[in-house]
Amino acid sequence: MAKLLEVQNLQTQFFTSAGIVKAVDGITYDVDEGETVAVVGESGCGKSVSALSILRLIPDPPGRVVGGHIKFMDQDLATLSDEEMRKVRGNKIAMVFQEPMTSLNPVLTIGLQITETLQQHLGLSREDADERAFELLEKVGISDARRRLKQYPHHLSGGMRQRVMIALALSCNPKLIIADEPTTALDVTIQAQILELMKNLTRELGVALIVITHNLGVVARYADRVNVMYAGRIIESGTAEDIYHHPRHPYTLALLRSVPRMDLPRQAKLDPVQGQPPDLTKLDDGCAFRPRCNFATDKCKSSGPKLETVSDGHATACWHHDKLINALETA
Amino acid sequence: MSMENTIKSSDSDVLVQVKNLKMHFPITEGALIPQVVGHVKAVDGVSFDIRRGETLGLVGESGCGKTTTGRCILQLEKATSGNILYDSVNLGQLDRIGMMPLRQRIQVIFQDPFSSLNPRMKIGEIIAEPMHVHNIEADNRAREKRVLELLSVCGLNPKFADRYPHEMSGGQRQRVGIARALAVRPEFIICDEAVSALDVSIQAQVINLLEDLRDEFNLTYLFIAHDLSVVRHLCHRVAVMYLGKMVELADCDELYDNPIHPYTKALLSAVPIPDPTIEKGRKHQMVKGEIPSPINPPSGCVFHPRCISATDGCSKAIPEFREVKPGHWVACTEV
Repeated sequence: MAKLLEVQNLQTQFFTSAGIVKAVDGITYDVDEGETVAVVGESGCGKSVSALSILRLIPDPPGRVVGGHIKFMDQDLATLSDEEMRKVRGNKIAMVFQEPMTSLNPVLTIGLQITETLQQHLGLSREDADERAFELLEKVGISDARRRLKQYPHHLSGGMRQRVMIALALSCNPKLIIADEPTTALDVTIQAQILELMKNLTRELGVALIVITHNLGVVARYADRVNVMYAGRIIESGTAEDIYHHPRHPYTLALLRSVPRMDLPRQAKLDPVQGQPPDLTKLDDGCAFRPRCNFATDKCKSSGPKLETVSDGHATACWHHDKLINALETA
Repeated sequence: MSMENTIKSSDSDVLVQVKNLKMHFPITEGALIPQVVGHVKAVDGVSFDIRRGETLGLVGESGCGKTTTGRCILQLEKATSGNILYDSVNLGQLDRIGMMPLRQRIQVIFQDPFSSLNPRMKIGEIIAEPMHVHNIEADNRAREKRVLELLSVCGLNPKFADRYPHEMSGGQRQRVGIARALAVRPEFIICDEAVSALDVSIQAQVINLLEDLRDEFNLTYLFIAHDLSVVRHLCHRVAVMYLGKMVELADCDELYDNPIHPYTKALLSAVPIPDPTIEKGRKHQMVKGEIPSPINPPSGCVFHPRCISATDGCSKAIPEFREVKPGHWVACTEV
């Protein structure tokens, strides 16, 4: 399949009074057409910032993309003017945010927010836009759509608002949707509904999806490929099977061991990674995970490992990845 | 009271008894002369026991009444009706002074480690305050010593005693909340979404800490949570709530392996499992629609509009919460 999005050595930094925060520190990945890629990691690992960087939505100041290239449909997004970038945003690349309450405008009706997008990006007439908005709401499973179009966001539940966000994201037939923690604020039964909806719609319409999440279960259910991030870098990437069954980075392994399982009786105490994530203003050249890692040696201190391919499509950034072969089985 | 005392002698391993608890919050209209126009039935007739030394999980989605149940046990809400017996003492009949010694025995850990610590107090003062209130370790030096002890029990560096909450991460603050709860040597702790706000690796650390403390101090927990994986890991028995009602209660493994109530089944099926191979082979039973409003809950069984097994009778009769297998309670007429 053709490459839709290529991110090369992306670096985003925030210039704060406490120092330079290297929120994203040289990440490289790509997304094929129609594929679902997950970006997983804990708070502050740079997963959201990397997504905002793609859309050039980093507030400047304090933040700035200081290096790297983002190629989308063979076009370097960095070279576009602001006006051209606006046409990409919402049109070719859409975004679904975590907070459906704060990402919808509370003083505009649902209908107006959808038709505004349609009129702006697709140049539809008022009537056509109204009709299309109605179709979109039906498509995302909102009943009584005519009435909903006239309502305001506060009339709707969290799950409904997230459906509206998805309708908005789909409104201009994008090639890529970036969903940043799309279901974190929702209850599990509603989360399941929304994820199922996104999966079906992206498959049906051939839209590629980047899901940013911290929930390893969500990733296992929906992602084709997975990038695991830690301290601003991708430390492991591969298919979902690679990552869950043959992790080759100590952090990935630790994450998997930290999650309690709902499908199995309790076997033993959890084996969480000790300590806290690092301060992103004080990173050195070594591996950022070193202080919390059971495999760390002097080599990890002197130089940071680069992503290295260990098998077809599976890459890890660890000097000691050989020691992790079959690590899950021997646990 | 006399009847309740007889219960104690025959049933002494039960620490907390919740009997037909109802908490209806009035909805008022009118600014000058407020008139009650309806009620939010947050908790609507819930009964369960918590045994000494056990961890009871209380699960359900937002608005199902699990937090309100916890707040009623703590007497932070005055229940509309029903009784809460703690060690055979009816908490609803106690006044503020009478409640004081019990407040020492019942503590709570809240969800949000940011809003539950006073930002103007140092960590040491936060942990010492309950000891001050309950007059434990009357001597200042002993109190200071105990603060340092509690910090290290909860896996924090004793030097944190001189810091403020904003200098700490979410996981560290949650540990402070736990240390504060332990300060008065309680026997029963209500953990209200105590690990929900934390990242996975930090969450696992705090789960292990709660487990270690339970074993070390013989604690009884009411573990209120929406994360079913954490509950399976930590709890002995699990109760499932939906729209103010108890729908199922069983031993932990029994509930997860043999769920009976259609809502429990749907809830378990909705949780994604962190294993792509299992996920591919899993059938997902989606529950349709959204949770109705607790102001005007559906008639009969409150789950019937979303239930795949619902029959005509479900909209009429309120299902009785009954024991279908030893220790396995379900409120559904169709099973």
